[in-house]
Amino acid sequence: MDDVKTPSSEERKSALSGLGTSRKRVEDARFTQGKGNYVDDIKLKGMLFGDFVRSPVAHAKIKKIDTAAALALPGVHAVLTAADLEPLGLHWMPTLAGDKQMVLADGKVLFQGQEVAFVVGDDRYAVSDGVALVEVEYDELPVVTDPFKAEMEDAPVLREDIADQKEGAHGPRRHPNHIFTWESGDKEGTNKVLDEAEVVADEMVYYHRTHPCPLETCGCVASMDKVNGKLTVWGTFQAPHAVRTVASLISSIPEHNIRIISPDIGGGFGNKVGVYPGYVCAIVASIVTGVPIKWVEDRMDNLMATAFARDYWMHGKISATKEGKITGLWCHTTADHGAFDACADPTKFPAGFMNICTGSYDIPVAYLAVDGVYTNKAPGGVAYRCSFRVTEASYFIERMIEVLALKLGMDSAELRSKNFIKKEQFPYTSALGWEYDSGDYHQAWDKALEAVNYKKLREDQAKQLELFKSGKSRKLIGIGLSHFTEIVGAGPVKNCDILGLGMFDACEIRIHPTGSAIARLGTISQGQGHATTFAQILASEIGIPASDITLEEGDTDTAPYGLGTYGSRSTPVAGAATAMAGRKIRAKAQMIAAYLLEVHDDDLEWDVDRFVVKGAPEKFKTMKEIAFASYNQAIPGVEPGLEAVSYYDPPNMTYPNGAYICVMEIDVDTGVSEIKKVYALDDCGTRINPMIIEGQVHGGLTEALAISMGQEIAYDEQGNVMTGTLMDFFVPTAWETPNYETDFTETPSPHHPIGAKGVGESPNVGGVSAFSNAVHDAFKSFGLTQAHMPHDHWRVWKIAKDLGLHN
Amino acid sequence: MIPSAFTFYKPDSIEKAVSIMKDFGDEARVIAGGHSLIPVMKQRLTDIKHLIDLSAIEELKGINISGKSITIGAMTTQVELITNENLFKTAPVIREASLQIADPQVRNLGTIGGNVANGDPANDMPGLMQLLDATYKLSGTNGLREVKAREFYDGAYFTAREDDEILISISFDAPIGGYAYEKQKRKIGDYATAAAGVILNVDNGVCSSASIALTNLSDTPVYCDEAVSMLTGKNIDDNLLSQATKSCVEQSDPVADQRGPVEFKKYVAGIVINKALKRAFERS
Repeated sequence: MDDVKTPSSEERKSALSGLGTSRKRVEDARFTQGKGNYVDDIKLKGMLFGDFVRSPVAHAKIKKIDTAAALALPGVHAVLTAADLEPLGLHWMPTLAGDKQMVLADGKVLFQGQEVAFVVGDDRYAVSDGVALVEVEYDELPVVTDPFKAEMEDAPVLREDIADQKEGAHGPRRHPNHIFTWESGDKEGTNKVLDEAEVVADEMVYYHRTHPCPLETCGCVASMDKVNGKLTVWGTFQAPHAVRTVASLISSIPEHNIRIISPDIGGGFGNKVGVYPGYVCAIVASIVTGVPIKWVEDRMDNLMATAFARDYWMHGKISATKEGKITGLWCHTTADHGAFDACADPTKFPAGFMNICTGSYDIPVAYLAVDGVYTNKAPGGVAYRCSFRVTEASYFIERMIEVLALKLGMDSAELRSKNFIKKEQFPYTSALGWEYDSGDYHQAWDKALEAVNYKKLREDQAKQLELFKSGKSRKLIGIGLSHFTEIVGAGPVKNCDILGLGMFDACEIRIHPTGSAIARLGTISQGQGHATTFAQILASEIGIPASDITLEEGDTDTAPYGLGTYGSRSTPVAGAATAMAGRKIRAKAQMIAAYLLEVHDDDLEWDVDRFVVKGAPEKFKTMKEIAFASYNQAIPGVEPGLEAVSYYDPPNMTYPNGAYICVMEIDVDTGVSEIKKVYALDDCGTRINPMIIEGQVHGGLTEALAISMGQEIAYDEQGNVMTGTLMDFFVPTAWETPNYETDFTETPSPHHPIGAKGVGESPNVGGVSAFSNAVHDAFKSFGLTQAHMPHDHWRVWKIAKDLGLHN
Repeated sequence: MIPSAFTFYKPDSIEKAVSIMKDFGDEARVIAGGHSLIPVMKQRLTDIKHLIDLSAIEELKGINISGKSITIGAMTTQVELITNENLFKTAPVIREASLQIADPQVRNLGTIGGNVANGDPANDMPGLMQLLDATYKLSGTNGLREVKAREFYDGAYFTAREDDEILISISFDAPIGGYAYEKQKRKIGDYATAAAGVILNVDNGVCSSASIALTNLSDTPVYCDEAVSMLTGKNIDDNLLSQATKSCVEQSDPVADQRGPVEFKKYVAGIVINKALKRAFERS
């Protein structure tokens, strides 16, 4: 008889394409062939289109809206205004931040681009003509776009609807344009330390307003079936279940009669977390007309009206001993929220996790206060490829470290090293109350400095400086350092919810008789590659090859409840649910295997893809055999089938971290910068798919480059958006994108079932500081302490000019 | 981003195109590559009732080089300007400038005629044509006429072209001497923060003829006649080039936009002009 050799454990493991494999993305076959199915690809019978009349001005009373000419146009079916929505109670809607916002302008407009009327017609052409024919008379009011001027005594009152309310969703309001004050930490203790400190650095750090600008803009198709009373909405939703619950609460349609579907999504980056007037208007229009309604933003709508990010003025003070041991941190942030507080944060955190602003450092005492303010700008405040306000916090501390290093006359790499939380201090509770799960910052930092040959870089920089000073060159070199700690994976239900919905997530698995499987999750990929990576987690847990596992997300009628994908929460929360559901499958499989092998459960051990009788390796049952048995054997005390569901409430956040270094050459006369090197070391805990991690890092770094070097949403004093097209809103092409060197250390999260922390947002968080610090570093020997982003040509030129470097 | 309704025409001869323009006056516009026109139509910043596509008119296409005389049809695309080897041999500055226009996708459709006739001060070709002292040939109801590029531009989007005229070709003599087209922009696809074209003909250190023109530094291209006279007949050295640069900057009149304030643009103009002058001198 021939020897049929059983493949080794290693060979069988490799066949699974499980954890740690650079498995190719299963999504790409359809995306690279143009076979994706996005919202705008959805075409339903009898579908009409809707689009907005938007305000051309930033602040005005609406005297009159005349829709007659538009309604008279052939092809236009309806024009909705606030007056039409009011009887339904839908002219305003609640925001995620406990405020409310106008769906359609109710008597006044508060920002340029605000939705004033919704025109419904046969096709986009008829609708565009209809939009042009709606006549709106505006009575303009004074405009405020500066958050500091918004709180002055004579400032125009923006939100007349709540002008007299002294109490907001997050405590007392001190001015009609004031939204909230949020405090964290020890105020008195911090002030005392600052007063007595040997060295204090004091700086205002502005993180400008920008926008996630995904390739696909926001949109939806709403279809109300009047026969069965069921509303189906296909939309660009990063959190489909939350949208279903919110839609039910504000429309009074029972939740079981609402089906939300997120089809393929062309990038989200936080832009698609919020609920926008377009969704509400499309739903109402579908109810009114009885046919499906499609609404899809154009690029200018997207940049002007949906979900900006950042716009934080962060005043900081950091104290240290003369030797460079940090003793305290103080921060006051003025947060410009625009016309409505539509910030997408967990409910109890009006400034998100800004209190991660102590960063990677062991700072004994700290205090943070954030004041939210209304201005005549678009609402939003989303987490643009970062967890809630984490990139602001990280940028703040990484600038403060640089400013402190200047004050101390110390190399900032050394200052960081001196103050990192030490490996043995984990789990570490920060001065502002977070429990960091794990990390080895010194290992990462040393590895990074060695990889770039930091000492040599500083020597090269000094040589270039000499050339500059002697008039032989007009270029300077800057070395940008950044060490970041994120807080992601929101989050534990005890303190994280959105509108009362706990931020757990879920996975449901069904094993088919022939040993393949389908898994459904409460998250939704927008390019992250969930169908690839979650199948890998399962492959390792249940011993079925990743290629035999279908991943499905985004349909609330089939997927288990979850809070969606943003804030790097999918892997920390839904990834954990996936592993836990897999373990339930395995537990039942063990019972089935024991019955089949006629041994006790405890006599079996798991070996990659099978249960083996301890001490008798020739006796085993593979997962494939067990799956079939679960469908055809009557096993006493065991239900047929092999399914499991797990709802995972994470015990803690995860804390990915990393060390990024950028080298930049700057022409002081033209303001043009050239990126010479970008090195990015990430520690995201257990690495599920190294290739996807690398792709995430490349993408996030490119967004970080854009933000720090030119991307902004700018307003003039009249509240006009100056960056409403991609001519002026910087999105890098391959040409502007430098080469990236990626690296890693691996410190698993101790509380996550597979030790993974999430990585999608790290490069944006760490990258912005690295790029911006490089610009600052180039000019530091001439006395520059702080220059606000974005560092586009003219602003860099202005730094040089103000330092007297021009002839 | 949907334009208002218009009637679309695709005539196959200049005569037919002119006749449509005659019928509709300023309600009609011709479309070449469309990269400037279509965005403003989609934003409804202009309302065009009759759109005349010139792409089917064969006589508007092609590059004709006869001795030192060069004639380029208005519908010749930028990619053709870049890839035509004979054109590169006779007027290499055109390739250098064209490669700095937008990106390859735009250059595949963008035409020289559309670029010069639109009157957009941000376009690179108008300055380039002033640099080359080109002549534009226009065809209208009253027949053919010629206008010098240096006299064509009255203000942003205002040109010497009459409503019923079509720019059909551009001609110029092969430039002699060193050349350079230098441009600073924020990113691929962007218009110039500042750009300058220079031609310098130098014999034994003495400048026998010169030409300098600027892009996006005023509401029209700027032909720097003062700097040109400053250089002509003189021994060229760094000092003289600096003085010429200064004179060019004085003739510029940029406006502030998202690229930066006027002070910055004038400073960068000085850098860009000086680089172009030096490169042209090195090549002379």
